[in-house]
Amino acid sequence: MLRLIITRVFLGCLTLLVVTLLIFVATEILPGDVASAVLGQGATPDTLAAFRIELGLDRPAYVRYLEWLTNALQGDLGVAMTNKRDVIETLTPRLSNTLFLAGYAAAIAVPMAIVLGVLSAINEGKFIDRAANVLTLGAISVPEFFIAYILILVFATNLGWFPSLSTVYADMGLWDKIYVVALPAVTLTLLVMAHMLRMTRASVLAIMSQPYIEMAFLKGLPRRRVILRHALPNAAAPIISVVALNLAYLIVGVVVIEVVFVYPGVGQYMVDGVTKRDLPVIQACALVFGGAFVLLNTLADVLAILVNPRLRHPR
Amino acid sequence: MTAAILEIHGLRVENLAGNVLVDNANITLLPGEVLGLIGESGAGKSTIGLAAMGYARGGCKITAGRVVIDGVTIQDLTAEGRAQFRGRRIAYVAQSAAASFNPAHCIMDQICEMPVHHGVRTRAEAEAWAIEMFRTLELPNPETFGARYPHQVSGGQLQRAMAIMAISARPDIVVFDEPTTALDVTTQIEVLVLIKTLIRDYKIAALYITHDLAVVAQIADRIMVLRHGKLVETDSTARILHAPQQQYTKDLVEDRQSSDVFQERSLKSGREVILDASHVSAHYGDFQVLKDVSITVAKGETVAIVGESGSGKTSLARVMVGLTRPTSGSITFLGQALAGELKQRSREDLRKMQLIYQQPDVALNPRQTVGEIIGRPISLYFNRSKQAVRARTLELLAQVGLPADYIDRKSTALSGGQKQRICIARALAAEPSLIICDEPTSALDQLVADEILKLLQKLQDDLGLSYLVITHDLGIVRRIAHRTTVLLSGQVVASGPTGDIFKPPFHPYTEKLLQSVPELRESWLDEVTAKRAK
Repeated sequence: MLRLIITRVFLGCLTLLVVTLLIFVATEILPGDVASAVLGQGATPDTLAAFRIELGLDRPAYVRYLEWLTNALQGDLGVAMTNKRDVIETLTPRLSNTLFLAGYAAAIAVPMAIVLGVLSAINEGKFIDRAANVLTLGAISVPEFFIAYILILVFATNLGWFPSLSTVYADMGLWDKIYVVALPAVTLTLLVMAHMLRMTRASVLAIMSQPYIEMAFLKGLPRRRVILRHALPNAAAPIISVVALNLAYLIVGVVVIEVVFVYPGVGQYMVDGVTKRDLPVIQACALVFGGAFVLLNTLADVLAILVNPRLRHPR
Repeated sequence: MTAAILEIHGLRVENLAGNVLVDNANITLLPGEVLGLIGESGAGKSTIGLAAMGYARGGCKITAGRVVIDGVTIQDLTAEGRAQFRGRRIAYVAQSAAASFNPAHCIMDQICEMPVHHGVRTRAEAEAWAIEMFRTLELPNPETFGARYPHQVSGGQLQRAMAIMAISARPDIVVFDEPTTALDVTTQIEVLVLIKTLIRDYKIAALYITHDLAVVAQIADRIMVLRHGKLVETDSTARILHAPQQQYTKDLVEDRQSSDVFQERSLKSGREVILDASHVSAHYGDFQVLKDVSITVAKGETVAIVGESGSGKTSLARVMVGLTRPTSGSITFLGQALAGELKQRSREDLRKMQLIYQQPDVALNPRQTVGEIIGRPISLYFNRSKQAVRARTLELLAQVGLPADYIDRKSTALSGGQKQRICIARALAAEPSLIICDEPTSALDQLVADEILKLLQKLQDDLGLSYLVITHDLGIVRRIAHRTTVLLSGQVVASGPTGDIFKPPFHPYTEKLLQSVPELRESWLDEVTAKRAK
């Protein structure tokens, strides 16, 4: 089993390496040019060339890639081209904001999705099952910004319960933060709930047709206990992987939400970077997103190995 | 007169489509009495067993009748009330212990769950009791056996553990649903002895469900014969075996007896060997599944490969057809050396050797019509016109005893026996010299299986086919095989004409196998146990 886990972790690292390569290649073929973007329309070819040399853009791509990679491994993601500020320094507080929002949404979405998923499975075909189904499917069927604006319209503009802009400061208290970020967190929750809920429901129901579940009923156990103790542990692996996928989405997919709520997270930073053709910023953000994705999925794989009794207790 | 512990009156079970699975079943079970329920698949015996616990499988419904346990009508109770009866008063032993134990929990947790939940024993008492039972039933390392997970123990051990689980809350009635069907014959006998002992020592009343008349004869006081959800007859075990009233019961008994009798078969002409596998070994990774196996098949001959699960008999078939590459040894087929790799075999090699599978249900493409299934090898190997293929298909259908209008049907609408006939027709379509039959009848009911065996023999006589039959069923061997090879953990322990194999002196393993096949005498099990004890 240890070998399996080590393989997974190794594969995770390998994936991350491929991700860095892809990020670099992608930013290379990004249309536009930072020099002309910064210096504007009036720049002469001479000044453009000089500026490119100053930024190091004249050297071959693979040299710049290796340099970027070794620096990144040492925790140096370079300096923003546009405002000369250290990327890590700008990124860190924004990353913690993004993680706060993702964690906030996850804290609501994951338990709710699993509990509702199990409840739907217990009451298959009954009202609660259908209601959960319709509501969550409805939520993912509309674009995320639409949900965001609806929530703003109802809870910020009409009812005035929450602020429409989620501006947070470094020295803000936790409860203030929770209050201010409530609307984006709820939006994200609505976005990821459906997938997790339906997967939980489907996995539990698939297990419910197993002979050992019939056996559990014939042992005289109540339905609750059969589902919680006999079905859920066996449905864990697919649930874990879909939860990980959605957690990754919470971190990666927040770009639009952050922009709508003007929330100072990594997503907004990346959008700024893209509009200004600021390569180090784009690369750093992409690396953070890619890293989060790989990390969570590797974690899910390892957990899925750990919950498998056949692997945990070999013959 | 003692009061019945279980009464079923006018039970009727239907599925959601409105088909009647069980109609007007009536059962009276006295304390300590064992009633055998026997019938083919679809006879409704499991449905009755589950209904006795007030339970119907998904998609089924108890639509009429009453189940009364110890004076209480189960249907009148709430779901909670019924749950209190299940496990506590009436417990269940399922066919496949491997599928009925939860893979996520250790065995001890699952055994203790029921007595603790029903408040019969505390967890500590239940554990002590279980360890005591492990010891009584001679499970390995009784102290630590319970800490193991279901996948860590063998099928026979798991089946014993399930029997322990069933009686853990001291029920009055146990429903045994084909508890030995999934086991090898040698393991089956151990579990049978155990069940008989448990029933006797704990004075349990039991419904014993099986399709094997010989098995139920060892255990039941009375036997109820069912067919298509209806009662055929019910009587004492002795009378069912020796003086059955109904024709269907007579057929069952007669057919079961004929499998006990050896039918000498000899080749008409001399032995002309067409398949000669010599010193074949095969590995799965580091594990050697076949050790130096040699076997020959002659024209018009049936050779049986007998062994228990894990003996390597299916691996041998896979090597023959080229699905598993042998690591050493050679195979000569029709005078030519046969390549080990499937890809290197010529189309003619492939055509001459065909395969019939164990489960006709999954061996036929459900989206194709019977005509497409049988016609495919004809057009593949012989390149005939559409009309010629259709004409040949009709000919083959007639040969396997199916009506011509089946040609445009989908196989899904057919019964198991009919599907196996299609599989046979498909194999015949290639006009092979040798057909490898991998447990060709083990998925079929007794009487249907008998017809398939007869068909195979008839085709052999008409067409001069050779068969290599892979089976664990000695009854089949006795009836159809000219020669028999017995495999034990990948090695040949005995080989020769079937008559010699089944005559003393036996190899000890062959003798054990022979002894383990249930015979249609009530005293068989006791005799075997007495013999073994010596």
